[in-house]
Order: sequence, then C-alpha cells, then structure tokens
Amino acid sequence: MSKYHISLIVNGKKVEADVEPRMLLVHFIRDVLGLTGTHVGCDTANCGACTVLLDGRAVKSCNIFAVQADGRELLTIEGLAKNGQLHPIQQAFWEKHGLQCGYCTPGMIMTAYWFLNRNPNPTEEEIKNAISGNLCRCTGYVKIVEAIQYAAELMRSKEVKK
Amino acid sequence: MSTQKVIHGIGHTVKRKEDPRFITGNGRYLDDIKLPGMLYLAFVRSPYAHAKIKSINVEKAKDIPGVVAVITGKDLQALNLAWMPTLANDKQMVLSVDKVVYQSQAVVAVVAEDPYLAKDAAEAVEVEYEPLPAVVDPRKALEKGAPIIREDKGTNHVLHWEAGNKEEVEKLFKEADVVVRQEFYYPRIHVSYMEPCGVIAHYDRITGKLTVYMTTQAPHAVRTVLSLVTGMPENNIRVISPDIGGGFGGKVYVYPEYVVAIVASIMTGRPVKYVFSRSEDMQTTAFARDFYITGEIAAKKDGKVLALRVKVIADHGAFQGDANPSKFPYGLFTIVTGAYDFKAAFVEIDGAYTNKPPGGIAYRCSFRVTEAAYTIERLMDILAHELKMDPAELRLKNFIPSNKFPYKSALGWEYDSGNYEAALRKAMELINYEELRKEQEEKRKKGELMGIGISSFVEIVGAGPSHIFDILGIKMFESCEIRIHPTGAVIARFGTRAQGQGHETTFAQVIADELGIPIEKITVEEGDTDTCPYGLGTYASRSTPTAGAAAAVAARKVKEKARKIAAHLLEVREEDLEWERGRFYVKGVPSKFKTIEEIAFAAYTNPPPGLEPGLEAVAYYNPPNMTFPFGSYICVVDIDKQTGIPKVRKFVAVDDCGVRINPLIVEGQIHGALAMGFGTAFLEQIIYDENGNNLTGNFADYTIPTAVETPKWITDQTVTPSPHHPLGAKGVGESATVGSPAAFVNAVVDALAHLGVRHIDMPLYPWKIYKILKEKGVIK
Repeated sequence: MSKYHISLIVNGKKVEADVEPRMLLVHFIRDVLGLTGTHVGCDTANCGACTVLLDGRAVKSCNIFAVQADGRELLTIEGLAKNGQLHPIQQAFWEKHGLQCGYCTPGMIMTAYWFLNRNPNPTEEEIKNAISGNLCRCTGYVKIVEAIQYAAELMRSKEVKK
Repeated sequence: MSTQKVIHGIGHTVKRKEDPRFITGNGRYLDDIKLPGMLYLAFVRSPYAHAKIKSINVEKAKDIPGVVAVITGKDLQALNLAWMPTLANDKQMVLSVDKVVYQSQAVVAVVAEDPYLAKDAAEAVEVEYEPLPAVVDPRKALEKGAPIIREDKGTNHVLHWEAGNKEEVEKLFKEADVVVRQEFYYPRIHVSYMEPCGVIAHYDRITGKLTVYMTTQAPHAVRTVLSLVTGMPENNIRVISPDIGGGFGGKVYVYPEYVVAIVASIMTGRPVKYVFSRSEDMQTTAFARDFYITGEIAAKKDGKVLALRVKVIADHGAFQGDANPSKFPYGLFTIVTGAYDFKAAFVEIDGAYTNKPPGGIAYRCSFRVTEAAYTIERLMDILAHELKMDPAELRLKNFIPSNKFPYKSALGWEYDSGNYEAALRKAMELINYEELRKEQEEKRKKGELMGIGISSFVEIVGAGPSHIFDILGIKMFESCEIRIHPTGAVIARFGTRAQGQGHETTFAQVIADELGIPIEKITVEEGDTDTCPYGLGTYASRSTPTAGAAAAVAARKVKEKARKIAAHLLEVREEDLEWERGRFYVKGVPSKFKTIEEIAFAAYTNPPPGLEPGLEAVAYYNPPNMTFPFGSYICVVDIDKQTGIPKVRKFVAVDDCGVRINPLIVEGQIHGALAMGFGTAFLEQIIYDENGNNLTGNFADYTIPTAVETPKWITDQTVTPSPHHPLGAKGVGESATVGSPAAFVNAVVDALAHLGVRHIDMPLYPWKIYKILKEKGVIK
C-alpha cells in the first residue's frame, strides 16, 4: 500500500514519517513513535484510553487517521511532565488515589488537561460530564473526580503565583 | 509509635509506589512490548453460534506478501493440539475442527509481519458453514430433544452437584410456619477490564526456551500447565505477566488464542503477538454468573429462619471452563447461608452446555460467592415482605451472634470471626434508617416511589487451606521471598500478580511494619516465573489473606536470623535481646542496640561464626482456614413514577475486612467494586438472540458505568480481625461486588413493594420498571 509523508509536532518536537493512509493515529503514536503511554481499550471510540490532544483539543486517537494529524500539534501523556516535574494533574491523581490498574489513566489525565484548561474552576457535575467519554473499571470514578477537583485547585494556585 | 509514620507500616495511608510510572505513561502493559522480528496474529472467527464447517480455503490468504503462516484446526489436529484442557478438566477447541459451537469462535489463524496485514489476510480466508440450530438457554439445553452441542459428550448436561443435608431440610420445611420461594436470574456479564487480553509467545530455537508474556493473573499455574501439556521441561518455560490493566477474574483463564500464539512461535522461531480487540474480547473471553436460581427459606412466623434450599441451573457455554478449585465445581456457592443461623441447608446445581463462549469465572468475586450473597440477601427481603417485618429487624433477629465464632455453618464452613449486628447497626445509624422509613411512608401516601435496600453479606476468601483447595491439582498456598541487601534495602518477590490492587505498596507496608525498614527501601516484584517464588496468583481476594501473610511470615524468619546476628554483634545471648521496630536492643539497656541496617550489613561483612552469610527468607504460606469478610450496605433509591428511571440517592457501605493495611487502597477497592456492583444491578448484561448472536459484543452495546451514572458512596468500617491471619487481615477486593447488587435490587423492589412487586431481575433497566408501573396503573 502506498505511503504518505506526514510531518507534525509531537510533545514539542518535530516528527516526520511515511505512513499508510489507513494507519490509525493511535498506532502511529504507539508503534511508529514508540510512545506507549497512549492505550487502546476498545474499537468503538467508547473508552477514551487513547485520548490525546490534537491542536489543543482532546481527541480519541483510535478514531483518527495518522494522516489527519499532518501539520498539526500533538500532545501525549509523555509530554505532560516537564524537567522531571509532574504536571499538577498527574500529582493530583497520585495523591488522591485516582488510579488503580493505570490503563485508563493517561487518557483520563489528557481529558482532564483539556477540560481544566477550558474550565479552571469546575463543579463536580461538570467534571463528571467531561470524563463521561473515558471509562474506568477499577476506581468507581469518585477518586478520579476528586483528583481533578484537586488538580484544578493546584493549577489555580500556580496561576496566582505567576 | 513514632517510627511507624516514617516507615509507613500497617494502617498508614500512603501514596502508591507503583503510580509514578502509570501517571507518566510509562507503565509496561503487554501491548507495549515489542520484540525484534515479532510477528502478529489475526483470527478468522465464526459468524454463527452453531454450524458445521463445510470447507476452508486459505490459498488467497497465503499468497498475500508478508503472510508467514495460516493455521487451521486440521493443522493443529495433525500436531495433536486441536483441543486443549480447560481449568475444569474438560477440553476445549483451540481452533474449530469440523464445527463451531459459539459465535466469534476462532476458526483460522493468520500469522503475518504486520498486524494490519494479518487482518487483511484473515479477511481473505474463505469458510463455508452449514448453520445448525443453536441453544442459548441452559434450561432448554437440558430439555429432551435439544440439539446436542458436544458430540464428544453426547449430552448437554455438564454435571450435577449438591451439598448439605437434604432430608433435614425437607423435615424443617414441613415444620415451618412460613415458606418463601423465588426464582432469580443472575445475568451473564463480562468483567470488561480496560486492557484487553493478549499474549506474546517467543520460542528460542537455539536455547529451546519458551518465553510467554501473557495478561495473566496466575503466571506460575500457567507455566506448570504449559509444561504438562507440551512436555517441555518447566525450566524452559518462562511466563511473564507484565503490568495488567485490570483482571477481575477474566485473566485467570488461558484462552485458545494464547495456545495458537505459542504454536505459531514454535513453527516460525519468531516472537508472535496477539492482542484481542475489544469486540473479540467481549465476544469470546470468559463470562461470569449466568445462574438460574430458585431459592426457598423455611421460617417460623416470628421470623426465625430454619432452613434454606437452593436449586440452580448454570450455563457453562460450549465447554466447561469454570475457574474453580477441583473439589468445588461450583466454587464457594455454599456460603449461601450468609450471615444467618440456619439449622440446615441444601444446594443442588445442574450445569448445561450452550452455544455460548465458555469460561465461568468470577467477576471480581471469590468463586461464585456473588451469586450466593445475592440469593440469600434477596430471599431475606422477600421473607421480610411476606412476614410484613422490617428487613433490618428480620436480619438482626437471624444474625449469627458475635459470641458464636468460630461458627460452623449449615453447609460446613467454619467462619473465622464476625460481628454482623455491629456492621448493620452502624450502617443504619449512618443513613438514619428510622427517619428514612418514616419518609418512605409519607412519600407513599403522596404516591411517590422511594425504596430502601439492605444487604448484610458474608464473603469467603483467601483460598485456601491446601488440603481442600487446588487448581488442577496444584495446592493453593502463597509465597514471599525477602532478600535484605547489605545496605538494608529490600527486594521482595511474590507468587501473586496485581492488576491494579497496589501490591507494590501494600506488601511493602507489611514488610516495613515487620522489619522497621521504610517502604521507600522496599521493592516488590511479581509476575515473572523465572524470578518469583511459586504461587497461585491473584484472584478471589486472596492476595492479602495469603501473600500478605506470607510476607509477614518471611519477614519474621528474617528477623529470627537478624536476632542471631545482633546477639553476635552486641555480645549477648539471643534471649537477652528485645525487638523494637527496626532494631534489637539489650533488655533493660535500650541504648545498647543494633539497627536492622547494621545487622544487614553485618550479615554480609561480619556474620557470626558458624552462621551462613546473607539475610533472606522465603515463606510458603498455607492458610489454616479461609477468611470471612463481611459488611452491611444500605441503599436509598428514588424512582421517577413517570419514566421508571431509578436513581440512587444515597448509599452507605460499612465494610469489615479485618485489619486494613493501607486504608486509602482499601477504600479505592471498595469504591471500584461498588461501581461494578452498580453496573451489574442497573446496566450490564451479555444478551444473545435466539440464534446465539451476541447483541452486546462491544463497548457501544455493553454498557459499563461512566462517571455520570455512578453514584457517590459513604463508606465506613468495623474491624473484626481474622484470628488466624498473622496480621488479622481478611481481604477486600471483591466485598462490594459481592455485597452491593442485592442492596440495589432490594431498594428498587422495596420502592415498588406496596404495589405487590416482589422481584425484578437485574439489570434493572428503566423499561422493566416502566412496564411494571404501567401494569400496576401508576402510569396511565
């Protein structure tokens, strides 16, 4: 099958590759780039384990072709911590026990990242709606919601300090 | 104790040690592993639930460049590998031979250089089928004249099993003032871990070593079975269970696809990977429950229960693949007498083959305990309803009194410890039970629908005493090996395999508590059969009761040797030393001491004459009994009388799992299991049409709860330590999946009880309630 040349920014770095037009973005991220923090949990775009940010928007990377990311900017879970410092959302998930098996966690964190950037002071209901496209089977969500609330607090206090 | 806070021993809430890799995307799950030269598998699967295979044409697939091999059932037959043993001494087709017996069964395997290519090639395989009539209901499967699914068996009847005293129960039923009887269906459900199952088999032709990476909860058992089945020496088989994205019982099973991957790797000499797609996983991997239950209680008119009788028809799918100890084909269902003091009980179960996938496994439950807890907790409510008694009062009247432990149940279990009344009273107080009943009465007058549901469950976990429990003949026990390095840092290895339970933290806390070494200096490893001591794995809430105990016992062995070294260093007799967490000191002279770090260093640099150097120990822990966690849950539900939509207003969960090692992890386990219980009660069911087509074979159609539906929980505890466990712990992973479904159903039925409703089968879809409200004239 013929291949297409794509070039994009992934976690701040320029990446170029030749890919089959049918290759899903999630497979490009995992198998071509070797960034295995983005997971595949279903084949119907229901579970959200593959959530990444494309030009700042949370998308399910199992539902997009790699060629559609050409010329765009991609952020994956691996791009969140800076200089060995966890992002406040990562910190909050750790402190509030917002994860158990960890499989849904990167997608959950990326959705929270997108959401908290749009809504820095959300209600519990707003958080629940925001993560309704991300399934978790271990935690029962209560501690994930708490983690996102706490992350919002951490991020707001950081903003104030700036 | 002041040192305890620093070392994070038992009872401390501490952030999990395993989390940094997961929150940064650095977990290493099966699909993250890529080996040089790796090949990929894809499967051709049956569109029919029951059909003869008339022909298979693989020529087009073979011709596709990049396809390395195409494997059919006939090819495996030539290798004597067309069938494999199940966990329950039945056999199961690896790839279909002559016929298919459930939808999506693997028929042909394709091995290719790339996963996309493998799927292309699978689509190029042509299979001609002749459909046969399918049987999807086990009750119909047992009827005369039903189509036979297994020609090799000649019958659809899998087995008959019974327990208890039939005659005594019959006598008590005759003497009873009141008898209640109810039929329940506990639906077929799927555990739906977030990470689908998968395998990488790597056979090295030079060394003859087979390394199998597998999403398995029991790597050692898999290694032994592989050795027995293939005849390969066990030292030449290494099973690695990497990070597991949830298991809940579904990753105990060894799936046919794993065997195909191993065969393909042996054939090609290259690593072969297969990861189930979610749809393939949902449609073929192990199910849970699927029990048709008839329960009866005989009681006196004052509510005192006398006897319990339960009859079950169990659906096994096309092969008997239940994951249960050999002596207990229906697991621990005999915990069905629950928290109550029955004089006698009798249980009988008949199993049937149907045209559905095999693999009766627990769904976050210890060997059929969930079905048992649901049965008794529903029946108690039905009895209360019949007697016009408050369900709380009926339970309090019949609880096994706290002074009767250890208690021998009517079906033969010796309950280790319990205080059921304390847990229920606490739950009632937390939810303000009396007020709720008053509110309900007033609401009923106004025509509003509100219900209160109680579930006072008892679990039986921690398998198990080796003399009664085994998996395929391998006795059930658990292991821990502790090595103290010269600087006092620790590596501890276990035969268990966590799938999200947080063993790396919990077990480190146990060792920290025993040895006084901070958890930061303790590494816990699981999941590699080449390095970890033999164990039976993680399921059935057994890890803390068994491996947690093994950790304590191994640490105490280390301490015994440390005492000898300390005596040598301090130039005193061993019996003159006193242990205080982290050090031995001379009795009466606390200033004269050696820390565990100093002792560890001396173990390698200055061991006492005549004593082996080094400081390590291994413990194989055979529990003297099961542990019996329990709890009382109360649920308040409001039902919209126009739509029938039920809404959980409040849910109180009082759990007693004995001593809690990490309270935060325990709470997380309870939250997660409550959400699964909620899913079972309100949302989840694997549904087949009459032809055996799975109508719920993916995440779009099988509805697991999202954050939006899932209620919030009020959790609390009582602590009744297990008298026989070295730490007093009982295990908690599954309590809430076991206990909560009955609380939800009891609440919904209670909301409708005044309309004459006595039972509704799960899942409690709004349409079911709507239909009832319509029938009863509530909705005009």
